[in-house]
Amino acid sequence: MEITRRHLLLLLPAAAVGWKYVLAGTPEASPNYRLTEHWWAMLIDIPKCIGCGSCVRACAQENDVPEGYYRTWIERYHVADWKVERPDVESPEGGIHGFPANEESGGKNFFVPKLCNHCADSPCTQVCPVGATFVTPDGVVLVDKTYCLGCRYCVQACPYGCRFINPKTNTAEKCTLCYHRITKGLTTACCEVCPTGARQLADLKNPDDPIHSFLKTHSVQVLKPHMATGAKVFYNGMDGSVR
Amino acid sequence: MFKDIEHLVRLAAVMAVALLAFLILRAVIIPRSFGQYGHYRGAAIAEIAAHPIAFAGHSTCEGCHTDVVALKNQGKHVVVPCEACHGAQARHADDPGSVTPAKLDTSVLCARCHEANSAKPKDFPQVEASSHSGGVACDTCHQPHKPKIEETGASGPEAKK
Repeated sequence: MEITRRHLLLLLPAAAVGWKYVLAGTPEASPNYRLTEHWWAMLIDIPKCIGCGSCVRACAQENDVPEGYYRTWIERYHVADWKVERPDVESPEGGIHGFPANEESGGKNFFVPKLCNHCADSPCTQVCPVGATFVTPDGVVLVDKTYCLGCRYCVQACPYGCRFINPKTNTAEKCTLCYHRITKGLTTACCEVCPTGARQLADLKNPDDPIHSFLKTHSVQVLKPHMATGAKVFYNGMDGSVR
Repeated sequence: MFKDIEHLVRLAAVMAVALLAFLILRAVIIPRSFGQYGHYRGAAIAEIAAHPIAFAGHSTCEGCHTDVVALKNQGKHVVVPCEACHGAQARHADDPGSVTPAKLDTSVLCARCHEANSAKPKDFPQVEASSHSGGVACDTCHQPHKPKIEETGASGPEAKK
């Protein structure tokens, strides 16, 4: 068949589309870690937390978190007698230096460690206008800092206040669930240093993970379940006053 | 069939060239791995996973420091991972010869966990350091890896390792 000018004009766009798929190449090969075999979560056992701040310090060191910003932090709750709806919550410097002795007497006092909930239906990834933040196939919410514009939509969208803008890079930043560690078979930095085992990394797709028996035998909650975020940080022994 | 069809063909040609230019530009600008797993750059996952580690993990420590493991196993601190007190030691684990962990100040370190606070669990051992030791370093009496003081005369500064 002889190719006329008209045929060529029709063929070129098709060829351009085809070339795009040639450029896309083959997916990144990671020999030991398969994205589809994991679904990461975390378990936080509030009655075990002593508010020592080891997790906050370890997170800052492991992930080069800028001073004054926290990817994980600890809150101290003080609930006076019946005031379940009005707890006093404090988190001096994210609890990185621990907590001074309480001034208040009476009532109920306890610590609540917080971090990104790695929501399965995360509001933060849905609002990103450029596809710079996403839920990975293994269930971790990450930020592509080379793609992030720093528009702050995600910071406002997160119902848990887990995101901030890194003042050095001007891009959104958050807990990565120590993605660089869990993909190497290690646990997260915060779980690694927790002296009481109050924080435990869990892989919901691993049938041998102790999380399964724990969830069956304990009354476990997530934060803000009414927002239907599919949060994957499970809290054991959480008081109704926790927000 | 059509009269003066030539100007329609010219217009179609211009539009085809514009479309081609758009498609080529799009193919060049969009990163290769965009859309590999979803509406994001798939290569970002591997880039984030490539971040270096700072904490080696207690199983790495236990590979060499078997004497400390044996001691820890006898006491309540068996549940405390090494780097909870000793800090990030991945560099030490990579190069044990030249990178040595800093000496720890037990009067500061122990208080982080054991200083009394009403928000701590009631069954967790807590002291008010000022009245308990009056500023004396904890390891004067307690062996940090096995903190319970033995009653059979093995207490005191000479008992620590």
